[in-house]
Amino acid sequence: MNRAIESNGVIKAACARLSLRGFGMLPILVILGVLMQVVTLYVTGEGSFLTSQNMGIVAQQAAINVVLAAGMTFVIITGGIDLSVGSILSAAAMVALIVSLHAGPMAIPAALAAGLVLGLCNGALIAFFGLPPFIVTLGSLTAVRGIARLVGGDATVFNAELPFAFLGNGSLTIIPGVFSVPYLAIIALAVVLVSWFILKRTVLGIHIYAVGGNADAARLSGIRPWAVLLFVYAVSGLLAGLGGAMSAARLYAANGLQLGQSYELDAITAVILGGTSFVGGVGSIWGTLVGALIIAVLSNGLILIGVSDIWQYIIKGLVIIGAVTLDRYRLRENART
Amino acid sequence: MNLSKDSPLACMPGLMHVQDSERSTGVTDVDPRCRSGDTQTRSGRMVLEMSNISKTFGSVKTLKDVELTVYAGEVHAYTADPGGEIRIDGQLVSIDGPLSARKHGISIIYQELALAPNLTVAANIYLGREASHGGVVLKKCMADQCRDVLARIGADFYPDTTVAELSLAQRQLVEIGRALHARSKIIIMDEPTTTLSSREADRLFDLMRQLRDDGVAIIYISHRMAEVYELADHVSVLRDGQYVGTLARKDATPAAIVRMMVGRDLSSLYKKEHKPARDPVPALEVRHISDGIRVRGCSFALHRGEVLGLAGLMGAGRTELAYLICGARTRSSGEMLVVGRRVDFRTPRQSQDAGIAYLTEDRKGLGLFLDMTVSENINLGICGRDAYGGWILNRKRARQRAAQAIDSLLIRVKSARTPVGTLSGGNQQKVLLSRLLETRPKILILDEPTRGVDIGAKSEIYRIVDDLAKAGVAVLVISSELTEVIGMADRVIVMREGEIAGSLGRGNRAITEENIIALATGAGCMPQQGRSN
Repeated sequence: MNRAIESNGVIKAACARLSLRGFGMLPILVILGVLMQVVTLYVTGEGSFLTSQNMGIVAQQAAINVVLAAGMTFVIITGGIDLSVGSILSAAAMVALIVSLHAGPMAIPAALAAGLVLGLCNGALIAFFGLPPFIVTLGSLTAVRGIARLVGGDATVFNAELPFAFLGNGSLTIIPGVFSVPYLAIIALAVVLVSWFILKRTVLGIHIYAVGGNADAARLSGIRPWAVLLFVYAVSGLLAGLGGAMSAARLYAANGLQLGQSYELDAITAVILGGTSFVGGVGSIWGTLVGALIIAVLSNGLILIGVSDIWQYIIKGLVIIGAVTLDRYRLRENART
Repeated sequence: MNLSKDSPLACMPGLMHVQDSERSTGVTDVDPRCRSGDTQTRSGRMVLEMSNISKTFGSVKTLKDVELTVYAGEVHAYTADPGGEIRIDGQLVSIDGPLSARKHGISIIYQELALAPNLTVAANIYLGREASHGGVVLKKCMADQCRDVLARIGADFYPDTTVAELSLAQRQLVEIGRALHARSKIIIMDEPTTTLSSREADRLFDLMRQLRDDGVAIIYISHRMAEVYELADHVSVLRDGQYVGTLARKDATPAAIVRMMVGRDLSSLYKKEHKPARDPVPALEVRHISDGIRVRGCSFALHRGEVLGLAGLMGAGRTELAYLICGARTRSSGEMLVVGRRVDFRTPRQSQDAGIAYLTEDRKGLGLFLDMTVSENINLGICGRDAYGGWILNRKRARQRAAQAIDSLLIRVKSARTPVGTLSGGNQQKVLLSRLLETRPKILILDEPTRGVDIGAKSEIYRIVDDLAKAGVAVLVISSELTEVIGMADRVIVMREGEIAGSLGRGNRAITEENIIALATGAGCMPQQGRSN
């Protein structure tokens, strides 16, 4: 009997540990959603949070961050970091708008290409010269911001007849008048699915986890760490480029100075909230999705409740610290000799 | 051996710890079953007594109903009730972690030393207990006291030396110094000699005997039997986490201990059924290979179906030579031939493609991915070969492969999806070995294949290596355990300071411990004595 109780305890402990990973944040997302509904009901007299219209808005608001955070998940699983995604997003959005003014259909491919090239530059510096990812991407955070301002002549670029604007503001109608899904959310979900497939179902995915878990062992077992690193930073850049196109489609405009400021922090927050370890080797894309949705629900809910902009910042910051605390707790749980 | 008789005050039970690498001093889940605290025995008083101790680590029960009694000094400890209670001098105390253990006079010296390399010796010895006056650290006072401790353990370095400058053996002395300074009555040493050369180990043993005579009880955990016979006054044996029994010094014959550990006799430990092929062209030939630093002009040949031992002291350049062969480092001169064809590996991947597999000596640091599952660790190197379109995982094949490996290498694991970090050393080693074997190597380089591995897994690894050689694989075994080299190898080459000092067996001098040590140390540069085998 003793043994049964003990094994029960072991199972419980394992579940507790699992629940902190990946899907573990799902209950927090649900609790947060219900909380927002209750508070809006209390404050404004009607539950304005859990409506199909508002859910669409939340999905739309979360979409760009989900895309950036997906790329960031790849990078953080290898034990790295990409601080430059906000700047790359801005540069790619500028490229998308400028190209759309001259050669309409080429706008999105151009944005993706811009992101990919910038990501490859990060990756090459990290993979071939062995520079620390934090420093490389901190540098490109600034340099690419400069490029974003440069390509637009330090001005805001408009295009009222943006050919792909429907992507930014349109929705796919599932049940007319009742339920529709924003295209941005569909793109984000597609990115998550592809990322999941790469991470969990391909040789490359296994290698990404391996390099993050133990780079030396990976090299000795015949993996090419440089190829893996090049890939993850390229993906992060490419997805930042996609984020740029999405952002351009939403706004019909881009500004090299302001667009995408501190987006990298939102992306990192989403990844960490999702249970991906900063140390590398551990993490999941579903967790990242949940993490990004938590941030979106938090921002949207706080606006609906009428919390001031200043307090939104404070609450958001506390959430980041809470996330890191969770990361530490989880690491200690997993500590082994 | 040269051990003095049981001293009236102390004894050193060497605890043979088998099958798992998790050791705990935090005592949990204990059934109260204590004996009298002041039991006098011929060899001294009980210091520590534990009974029916169990410990679970992750989902694996690593200790089951363990009993341990340690004599000496005047402390008696017993544990009771879940949560663990320990009685010292009749007073109940609880030990729930390393810190409280230290408070009660128990110090542990871990396999992986726990020093801060960036601090001085004095700072490390005082770590956590700095002598201070109003928050200001009293450096002078600390250094003075340190000097006394260092003198007592016969250290040849100073309190203000930075730990990073010390050798591993010296660092171990710092740990011991720390334990002494804390006035520990019980010192637990966990495989302290795995990273020491035999001369350094001898010095450590002398110190341990001296400490014992001073009244310190030492619990010595080791996989190396020779050390246990040499040192221990009592030997307790655990197998698969289960307490098997305790032998007094006079009964602790090698045969008796091995029987307790394996459940069978020593003669069956090694198996040598393979026959080296007599091909004119060796599977691997290395000619005057150098890396410009640690390896200087090494030449040897390795034949199909042969197990070639590579012996030498720590730092003789054995691992570095293996690195050159498998392409983990690039050589500065010399050439290498695989089945008569010149090769030039720049990365481990290239050597892998040529049929060479290298088992690292640093299983956790350079071998395994501890967070990943057993299956992932086994499939990692090979999964690209049968992936759909070269990159989509063939999960069915991966599952089969993992199941097969677990089956044929007798890896004891609940499921292939268990994280490899939760396994015991022996099972981890087998997982790593099966990853290499999945690449179907023709040449296998094993670097300390049984380091930190329990004796059951050891004998299984020996069997696996013999089977591989029988199947025609050429095997190079690097090992610091002489009995292992002698037991496994058909021929032994010995390295000294980066050079091949000589070769034993097969027309040369016989493979004996004396001959290997003579070559490794350069002590006996005797003329060739011809065949004596």
